[in-house]
Parts: sequence; C-alpha cells; structure tokens
Amino acid sequence: MYQYDKYDQMMVDQRVAQFRDQTRRYLAGELTEDQFRPLRLANGLYIQIHAPMLRIAVPYGLMSSKQVRKVADIARRYDKGFVHFTTRTNFQLNWPKLEDVPDILAELATVQMHAIQTSGNDIRNTTTDQFAGINAEEIEDPRPWAEIIRQWSTFHPEFAYLPRKFKIAIIGSENDRAATKLHDIGLHLVKNHDGEIGFEVLVGGGLGRTPIIGEQIRPFLEKEDLLSYLEAILRVYNRLGRRDNKFKARIKITVREHGINHIRELVEAEWVQIRDQLRLDQKEIDRVKAFFTEPDYDSNAAADTSFEAKLEEDKAFARWLKQNTFEHKVPGYKAVYVSLKKHGQAPGDITSEQLEIVADLADKFSFGEIRSTHTQNLVLADVKQADLYELWQQLQAEGLATPNINTLTDIICCPGLDYCGLANATSIPLSKQIAERFDDLDHLYDLGDIKIKFSGCMNGCAHQSVGHIGILGVDKKGEEWYQFTLGGSSEADASIGERLGKAIPKEDVVDTVSHLIDAYVDLRREDESFLATVRRVGVDPFKERVYADN
Amino acid sequence: MQIIKDREIVEDNWLHLDDEAQLVAGNITVSLARWQEQHETLEHHEGGLGLRLSGDDPLEEIVPDLARFSLIVLLFPVFTDGRCYSYAKLLRERYGFKGEIRAQGDVLQDQLFYMSQCGINSFELANPNRLTNALSAFDDFSESYQATVLRPEPLYRRR
Ligand code: HEM
Ligand code: SF4
Repeated sequence: MYQYDKYDQMMVDQRVAQFRDQTRRYLAGELTEDQFRPLRLANGLYIQIHAPMLRIAVPYGLMSSKQVRKVADIARRYDKGFVHFTTRTNFQLNWPKLEDVPDILAELATVQMHAIQTSGNDIRNTTTDQFAGINAEEIEDPRPWAEIIRQWSTFHPEFAYLPRKFKIAIIGSENDRAATKLHDIGLHLVKNHDGEIGFEVLVGGGLGRTPIIGEQIRPFLEKEDLLSYLEAILRVYNRLGRRDNKFKARIKITVREHGINHIRELVEAEWVQIRDQLRLDQKEIDRVKAFFTEPDYDSNAAADTSFEAKLEEDKAFARWLKQNTFEHKVPGYKAVYVSLKKHGQAPGDITSEQLEIVADLADKFSFGEIRSTHTQNLVLADVKQADLYELWQQLQAEGLATPNINTLTDIICCPGLDYCGLANATSIPLSKQIAERFDDLDHLYDLGDIKIKFSGCMNGCAHQSVGHIGILGVDKKGEEWYQFTLGGSSEADASIGERLGKAIPKEDVVDTVSHLIDAYVDLRREDESFLATVRRVGVDPFKERVYADN
Repeated sequence: MQIIKDREIVEDNWLHLDDEAQLVAGNITVSLARWQEQHETLEHHEGGLGLRLSGDDPLEEIVPDLARFSLIVLLFPVFTDGRCYSYAKLLRERYGFKGEIRAQGDVLQDQLFYMSQCGINSFELANPNRLTNALSAFDDFSESYQATVLRPEPLYRRR
C-alpha cells in the first residue's frame, strides 16, 4: 500500500498543528461558532447529540494492521472502545471530546492517517471497490488512481469552499461495488476499441433528499488527463453551483438545471485550456503504481488439500465460505469478509479488542492489510485456502463470522437517533430487530441477495433510496414514522427505489419487512432475486400485502 | 486602514468608491457596473484604477479591459463562498494579470493560505485587529500537492 514520504508526512503534521491552533482559538473565543464550523468539518468533526463525532478517513478503504491497532488504541483511550464504519469506507468515533481532537489527529498522523476533508463542502475521501487489485474481471487496479486523486484533492486551494460536498468513487471492473453512479463523479476504468485503458467519467450522481443517478460526461478519457479533467469539472462546479440554497447546491442539481450537454460543453472548454499543463507524468504514475504491486503470493497455494477436507466435514465452515468469501484472481487464495453485521449488534460497529484481533489475523493470514467496504464490513483480501479454516474459527470466536454477507441481515444502517443530531427517527435498534427476526440462516440463504438500507432522516447516509428495500425515518408531529421504498440499486444497474405507500409507524416496521419478504416468496419465479421480482411486478403487489391488514 | 500585502502589514492607499460617490483623483476602485457605464471618463482617471468583482460578475467579460487596472478586488460576501478562488487563479494563470489581487469582505486568517496559493496577494481582514496573528497563516503548509499560482509545478515534479 501507499507509504508517505517526507512531503506527505509534513502535510498531515502541519494540518494537525493548524487545527490545534484553530481549536485553541475557538475555545478562547477568538473564532465564532460559524467561523469554526467549516474548519472543524474539514477535519471530520461534527457536533452531535451526545458529543462531537469524529470521522476519520480511510483512503480508498485500505489500512495496514499497524493503522488498525492505532485506531483500536485511540477508540479505547479517547472514546468508548468501539468505532463505526461508514458507507464511504471511513470510520467514526461517536464520543470524543472536542479538546482531545487535536491529540487524536496527532496520534493518527504517526501512522499516516488523518481526518482531512471527511466532512464539509470540499472534496471528500475517494472510495473504490473492496476487491480492487484481486478480482479476476478487473481491467486495471483503481487504487493507484485513487491515491493520485487523494493527493490532488488534499488541500486543493481552489476547491476548499465548494457549494457543497463533493465525492468521487472509482472502480476498475464492471461490477460496481462502490456505488459510483451515486457519486458526484464516478470513474470507471474501461478499455476503448484500440485496447487502450482510460476512464469513463460520470457526473452528477448523489443521494440525500434528491437521489439522482450520475450521467456520462465523457465516454473515454486518457489516463494522463485524469487530473486536468477533474479540475475542469470542479472549476465549472465551483463557479456555477448554486450557493443560495444548500439543498440545491450539489453538482447533481447543477447538472439537472443546466443539462448534461451544457455542463459537458463548459467542462470540455475549460479542460482544453488546462489539459497540457496538468497532464500527469508517466514517472508519477509509475511511482504511485509501485506501491500497489502484488504481494508475494504462494504459487503453490492451490495445491493444498486440507481445505477441501474441512469443507466436507464442517457444514458451518462451508456455509461461511460460500457466503463470506470472494473469488481471488490467484488460484488458492480467497478474499474474506469480516462481517460487522452480527445479529443484534449495530451494523458497522467494531470494538477495540476486535480491531486488534483483526489486525493480528491480517498479519498472520493476509499480508497485514485490512480493507473497509461500502457495506460497512471489513475484508481480508489475500488469504490462502489452507488458512481459511483457522481464520474462520478465530473470526467466529470474536463474533465476526456471521455468514450473512449480501443477505437481508447485511443491513446498511446510519447512526440515527441514537447518535445523530439530524435524525428524525431511530435506525440501529430497528435494524437489530430486523436481523433478529430473520435469524434462521437457511431461510436467509433461500431469500438470497436482499439489500436493506436504513436511514434515520432525509440526508440518507445509509443510501436507503438505492436499497432493494429502503427504510427512511420521518418525523410526524414528533413521532417516529418510516417510509419504505422498493427496487433501488446502487450497482451497475443503479436505480432509485419507488415509494411503497404511506409511512409506517415504528412498531410495524419489522412486521412490514416480514410482509414484504412473504410477498416476495409468493411472487418470485424459481430463483428470481428480490430486486428482479420487484422490477418485474412493480410495487403494487407488495403494497397490497403490507397495507392489507392496516 | 491597514491591510496585509505581500505578507506584510501596510497602510492601504486605495479608496473604494461607491457608485454614487464623486470621482476623486488618486487610487480608486470602482464596481463593474460603474466601469461599464463610465469607462470613457475612467480611462483618463489620474491615479491608480482598480476594479471590484464578486463571484456573480462575469469574469470573462472584463478580460479585454484588464490592462487598465492595477488592482482587482475580489469580494467574499461570506468566507464560505469559494467562487473567487477560481477567479483569482484564472486572473493570474489564464489572463496573465500581474497587478495586485485583493480579498475583501469576510476575509479571515484561516483562509489566507488557500487564497494566497490561488494568487491573491493582499487582504483586507474582516477584523483588522488580527493582522499580526494572521501573518503566520501563510506558512500553515510549506508545500501543496497541486500546481498553484505560487508553486506552478505540482509537487510530484519536485519529488
Ligand atoms: C452522526 C453522524 C452523521 C451526521 C451528522 C451526518 C450528516 C449528513 C448530512 C447532513 C448529509 C446530507 C448531505 C447532503 O445532502 O448533501 C449526509 C449524507 C451522507 N452521509 Fe452522513 N452523517 C452522519 C453519519 C453518517 C454515517 C454513519 C454514514 C455511513 C454509514 C454516512 C454517510 C453519508 C453518505 C454516504 C451520505 C449521502 C451522500 C450523498 O448524498 O451522495 N454519514 N450525512
Ligand atoms: S441519515 Fe440522517 S439520521 Fe442518519 S446519520 Fe445521516 S443525518 Fe443522521
């Protein structure tokens, strides 16, 4: 993975010093609340119901075991001993003290970590596919490009005060595990007719109040032009994006108001002016790529026979393997999910002790690297098949092997009313109840791939509008109600879910999920997935089932 | 009034004229509207001439006139309005403006670093009592990853 040189290190160290001084001035009354807010947000710091919330960046979802141990240590010493992973592969501390934040950032800097631009109206952490670099269908590893974007976007002087936040996601294969179509910019590594590799560029996707799927702005961009093209888009947006209404300030609205064709004209006109100046040097591309070379894989890994034997003799192991691992491009290896979706536990939460064990397991079995996923799980990406049984046993002992990846209980859920000052409604406790209701694994597997996404308010941090089943907390005269949507998707076939009907009271939420599932089981044809069924029959048959007994 | 110019605290010798105010000799700045209305008179102005622009003004339209100005004032109505960062950068890099570019309005210490990297070289702080403290902000970072006005080569060419 990428290693800081003296420049990268100096930049994060100077950032800590800058924020330490800003915090001091705020606490001394020299900065007003309004003046301090954008500064703290640019360092990941929200002020929440119980305490500040600090969002720490995991650039493109990649961490070393050393970093994970540091995170565990920080969570224990400055917080309540656990962290929460988010849909943008970052993680959050829910209870730090404001005065401690500069020290926390200083500790993070010692392991090449930071909270830079994890909130606020700036360019956020660039995310990617958790199987980058190891999946056989990949056209090219997107991570070096994500790192190049990280550096370009960090402290970009022109784009620190954008109309609104700006998120970029990049993938290297057709299978979209990073919700690129729902990002302000989505980048797809593609091959053109001449066999050259470049980027397809999408713009204007986003979730929140007005979910919109990104549109193609350029079918093919030469790789060397990546930064100039991004800079052109950002400059057009910085000048044109609305600043009169924060609900209309995202680039998705700029694109909608002006039309993709007009935006394309503006961007291309800007781009031709800066293209030569900002063309990436091959030397720099090579420098960054050199950090993402393949680890030292064992060429004999597939020869192992113990693995097959274990599969035969241990049904639980076989079940976990089928559900929680992913095919690796190297024979004899697998990528392994560490499930943060144990039934009855807050989705995406992990304790310091668990983090330390995951770090040890990564050292022992997966070249010391850990990845975080858009679905709020972790991944050990390079595990030899001979090691899988032992790894599974150890994960299981820690409650990290719930074999539910991509099932109904692999719920994406925001913090909701338990932690978030903007929430209308509770989300985590209801997610837990849903998971408990569907505790029977055979039933879960029979239901197949069903993505439930659950947000506590319109901001949609859990992407409910692109959930196969989306659940959104709404406030009705001070009471918690829930709006369901069906048929959304954040993948290559992205779509926005359709409203099921009027909002549902809190006590009926879990039953409503059951009704939806029962309806699906009746309606599906053979092994038709939930999403395919909804797309075929529409929401009406589901609606009838849910509202029939109300 | 004192301002920061080229990283030093200096006495300001410019007068920002309202659109209604009488023209006077000496260094003055005018709004875009006034420039467009009275440019014939202003061409013969005795003293320095400066132009005030906000993020709402069409930057490209004044490019042919730039040579007439020795100062461009960029207005930041609130410090979170980042449009004029792009204006400064374009004025310097694309339109070759060599004169003074000044930030005016809600200008605070914590934005000076970014502003200066975009080519703004003078600053009327919202709170003129904080000039001395603010001077340190130019050194908040000793490098930038990007190609900036002050460091035209991106960092990777220097690595
Ligand atoms: C308690 C802490 C949190 C607060 C105060 C918060 C606040 C917000 C706000 C205000 C928005 C709307 C922004 C907009 O519409 O432009 C938003 C969107 C979002 N948040 Fe959060 N959030 C929190 C936690 C989380 C968590 C835990 C996740 C991940 C699980 C997350 C991921 C996102 C994402 C992905 C979006 C939508 C991005 C888009 O519109 O494209 N946030 N958040
Ligand atoms: S969706 Fe709403 S309730 Fe949930 S974390 Fe985001 S802002 Fe808070």
